[in-house]
Amino acid sequence: MKKGRKGTYRKIRIALAAIFFLCVTLLFLDFTGTAHQWLGWTARIQLLPALLALNIGVIIALVALTLLMGRVYCSVICPLGVMQDIFGWLGKKSKRNRYSFSPAKKTLRYSMLAVMALAIILGIGSVVALLAPYSAYGRIAQNLLQPIWIWGNDLLADWAASRDSYAFHHADVWLRGTATFAIAAATLAILGFLAWRNGRTYCNTICPVGTMLGFLSRFSLLKPVIDTSKCNGCGLCARNCKGACIDSKNHAIDYSRCVACMDCLEKCSQGAISYTIARKTAHTAESNPAGTDSSRRAFMTAAVAAGTTALLKAEEKTVDGGLAAITEKKIPARTTPIVPPGARGIKHLTRHCTGCQLCVAVCPNGVLRPSTDPETLMQPRSSYERGYCRPECTRCSEVCPAGAIVKIDRADKSSIQIGHAVWIKENCVPLTDGVECGNCARHCPVGAIQMISSDSESPDSPKIPVVNAERCIGCGACENLCPARPFSAIYVEGHERHRTI
Amino acid sequence: MRQIKNIDRREFLKRLGAGAAGASAAALAGCGANDGKTAQAIVSQTEIPTDGMTYRVNPTTGDKVSLLGYGCMRWLDMGGGAGSDAASDLDQETINSLVDYAIAHGVNYFDTSPAYCIGRSERATGIALKRHPRDKYFIATKLSNFAPSTWTREASLGMYHNSFKELQVDYIDYLLLHGVGMGSGMEEFNARYIDNGVLDYLLKEREAGRIRNLGFSYHGDVAVFDHMLANHDKYKWDFAQIQLNYLDWEHAKEINPRNTNAEYLYGELAKRGIPAIIMEPLLGGRLSNVPDHIVARLKQAEPERSVASWAFRFAGSFPDVLTVLSGMTYMEHLQDNLRSFAPLVPLTDADRGFLYETANLMVQYPTVPCNDCKYCMPCPYGLDIPAILLHYNKCVNQGNVPESRQAENYRQARQAFLVGYDRSVPKLRQASHCIGCGQCAPHCPQSINIPKELQRIDSFVEQLKQGTL
Repeated sequence: MKKGRKGTYRKIRIALAAIFFLCVTLLFLDFTGTAHQWLGWTARIQLLPALLALNIGVIIALVALTLLMGRVYCSVICPLGVMQDIFGWLGKKSKRNRYSFSPAKKTLRYSMLAVMALAIILGIGSVVALLAPYSAYGRIAQNLLQPIWIWGNDLLADWAASRDSYAFHHADVWLRGTATFAIAAATLAILGFLAWRNGRTYCNTICPVGTMLGFLSRFSLLKPVIDTSKCNGCGLCARNCKGACIDSKNHAIDYSRCVACMDCLEKCSQGAISYTIARKTAHTAESNPAGTDSSRRAFMTAAVAAGTTALLKAEEKTVDGGLAAITEKKIPARTTPIVPPGARGIKHLTRHCTGCQLCVAVCPNGVLRPSTDPETLMQPRSSYERGYCRPECTRCSEVCPAGAIVKIDRADKSSIQIGHAVWIKENCVPLTDGVECGNCARHCPVGAIQMISSDSESPDSPKIPVVNAERCIGCGACENLCPARPFSAIYVEGHERHRTI
Repeated sequence: MRQIKNIDRREFLKRLGAGAAGASAAALAGCGANDGKTAQAIVSQTEIPTDGMTYRVNPTTGDKVSLLGYGCMRWLDMGGGAGSDAASDLDQETINSLVDYAIAHGVNYFDTSPAYCIGRSERATGIALKRHPRDKYFIATKLSNFAPSTWTREASLGMYHNSFKELQVDYIDYLLLHGVGMGSGMEEFNARYIDNGVLDYLLKEREAGRIRNLGFSYHGDVAVFDHMLANHDKYKWDFAQIQLNYLDWEHAKEINPRNTNAEYLYGELAKRGIPAIIMEPLLGGRLSNVPDHIVARLKQAEPERSVASWAFRFAGSFPDVLTVLSGMTYMEHLQDNLRSFAPLVPLTDADRGFLYETANLMVQYPTVPCNDCKYCMPCPYGLDIPAILLHYNKCVNQGNVPESRQAENYRQARQAFLVGYDRSVPKLRQASHCIGCGQCAPHCPQSINIPKELQRIDSFVEQLKQGTL
C-alpha cells in the first residue's frame, strides 16, 4: 500500500469527524429548534442514549461498525472524543512526537464500566450523566458554548433591530444550574489538559463507551497492522499514538484502545503500518494491573470541588425610571419536582436520561434546568420563574436522544398532567392588595381555574381562584403570570407519574 | 379621492403593509424616541427665518404669544429617550440649545408642569430659560395635584410654590389647573381645587400679579368643561387649554365615547372670547406616524411639507387659538415646526375639507388612541403600558396585525409582531402581566380603558403564539 493512500484514510477520518462534531455542536447551540429537524439524528446515534432508548437499530449498527472497522465511533461520531483530538492537535503543535506507549489499565476500565452498568440498573442518574461521554460534551456545549452563540445572536438581533428587520430576535443567557455549569467547566479543563498532554487518556480509562467498544474492537475485521518486515523500530508510530496503544518494541498494538485514527499509518516513514484485514489476531500488549489512576482521581475530585463552588447569578437588567421595579420570582419549595411532559414521570426520566442538557438547551421558555439533587444531578427539571411550559411547545420531547422525554404532539401536550396548581392564600393579590386580578384564570390554557368570591356571603368580596385539580395539567402559566412576588400565590406541585386526562 | 374611498379595507391595509416605517415621518413629539431613532421627514431645506414667526395677541394681557408654543413634556435624556427614564438625567446641554434656537426663531411660550419628565421638567426648563431676559418669554406651568395625597390645601399650595423655585421665577405668566375632567370628573375637580380653597387662593395670586393669566387644561368629562365655562363670569378664565387636531375635530367621540369633539370645545371657548391653547395637535405623534397610504395622500397635496405640518397648520389656522403646543425632543422637530409657523400659511377651506376626509380614512384604523404621555405610569405591577400600546399601533399601521391565519402576509406579520413585541417591551412588562387592577385607567387623558386594551392585545399575542388566530 502506498503512503498516499494511507494519508487519505486519516483525511477522511478528520473530515467526517469535523462534520459530526459541528452537527452535534450545532444541536446544542441552536435555540430556535430548526437544527433538530436536520441534525437530530447525530444525537440519536450516540451509543449510550441509544442504549437507554433501546434503539435497537442504532445499537446493532454501531456494534457492526466496530466489528468491521474498530473504534471509528470514538474518532468520528463521539463529540467528546473529537473535542479531545482538537486539544491533542494543539498539544502536538507545541511539542511534536510527545506521546508514548503505556500499558492498559484494565481494572480501572472494567470497574468504570461496572459502575456505569450498576448506575443504569439502579437508576442513579447522576452517575450515568457524569460518565456518559456524549452527555459530558453536551454539558460543555450548552453551558460554555451556547452563551457565546446567543451573545453573538443578540448582537445580530441588535443590528437587525437597527434596520427594522425581524430576521433575528433576542434570546436570554442565564445560568440554569450552578453545579452543572461547574461540572461542565471542570470537565472541559481536565479533559482539555489531559488530551493536550497525553491524547485519549480519558477514553481508555474512564469512558464506559470506550471500554465497551474496545472490547468489540479487539475482534474487528479491519485494523492497523505492523508489517514487521518493513518496521525499523524507530518508534515514531508510538510517539504519535494518542491511544498510547502501540508497543513498537514488540510490534504490537492494543486494539481495545486503538480508536482507528489512522495517524500512525501516515507517520510511519517505512510504510510498515497498514489498515487492513488482520490475518491473525495480533499479539496484544501485556496489560499492567496497576489499579488506581491518578488522572481519574484528579478528575473526580476536581469535579466535586468545582461542583460546590457557587457561581454568581447573572445580573438581571436594572429597571427603568418611569417603571416600577420588579422583584425576581423565587423557586417555591415543591414537594415533588416537575418534569416535562413526555417524561412520563420521574422514574422513567431518571432511568433513561444521560444528562446531556439537549432539552435544557432548546427549551425556549426558560423552564428546563438541570436538577441539583445529588441522585439526579444534571437531569432536567421544570420550574416556572422565567416562563411556563407553553401549550404550543413540544421541543424537549422532539430532541431527546435517550428516550427519556418521549415524543409528544400538541394534542398530547394539553392532556398530559404533569402536576397540579396549589393556591397560597397569603400571597393572593386580591386579598393582600385589595385589587381585582384573575390573571391565573385568564391565562389557564385548559380552563382549570375559575374566580369565586372570597366570602360566599357577599358576592362583591374580592375574587379568588379555585383550581379544578382534575383539569389542571401543571403547565405553570398561573404560577408564572401571578403578580405576587417573589413567591407566587399559585404554584405547581409535580406528579411522580404523569397522567393523561 | 373617490377612487381611494372605494377600495376595500383589506386592500387598504395591504397597501399600507408595504413598508410604512421607512417612508412615514416619525413621531414629532417624542414618539420616535421609543425605538431610539428619528426618521423625521425633513421638508424643505431652506433657511428658517428668524423674524417670520406668526404671533397672536392675548386679549386680556396683550401678550404677543408665538403661535408655536414649546411643550416641555418630552425633554431629551442622556439615554436618548424623551425624559421618562429615571436612570438617565435630562440632557441639559441639548435642552439649552433647543431653547436658545427656539427663542432666536421667535418662540416665546414654554409650557411645563411639575409632573413632566418624572418631575424634572420644570427645573430643566427653568435653567434653560434663566439664561434669557425674563421679558423675552412666557412661562406656563400647572398645578398637577393628581394624586389624592396632594389634594390637601397644604400639599397643593406646596406644589404651586415649589414651581417658582424650580423655574427660578417670581411670577408665572400662565398657570393652569391641570387636567380638569380627568378621573371621576366633577367630584375630583371639587376635591382638587374647590373644597380645599386652592382655586380661591390662586385667584388672589392673580390679583397680586404672581399669576399673570389663570386658566385650565381639560381632558375627559365634558360636564367639568361646561361647569368651568358656566362659571366664567366668576373666575374670568384668561385662557383654556384643549386637545384639538383634525382627527379629534369630529371624531373624538367616535374614538372614545368619554371624549368630546374639539369642534364643540373650541366653539364654546370662541363664543366667550376665551383664547384657546392647543395641546396634542399631533396626538403624541400619531398624526405624524400615519399609515403609508395617508403619507402618500398628504405628500401628494403638498410635496414640500412634512406630514406633521398639516396637523400644526390645522390647529394654528383657527383665529382664536393663542398658541399651539408641541413637545419637541429633537432639533429636527423644532425646525420642522418652525417651518410650519414662521409664518403660518393658514389652511383654506378646501385644505380643511381634505384633512377631514383624511381623518375619515384614519379612524378606520383600529389603533389605540395612546399619545404616549405616560400619565398612566408607573404601573404598580411593572407593565410598560405606553410601550405595549405603541407597539400595537405601529403594527396596525404597518399592516402587521393579521386578521386570521389565512391572511396573505400572516407569517411575516406574525414574526414582525412577536419579535417586535419582545424588542419594544421586556417580557416581564408585557400585557400578559396586566391583572386588571384598573389603577391606570383614571389617569389616562384619552380615557382609554387600558386594562381592556391590554388584555385584548394579550389574547391576540396568545393566538399568534399558539397559531390559533
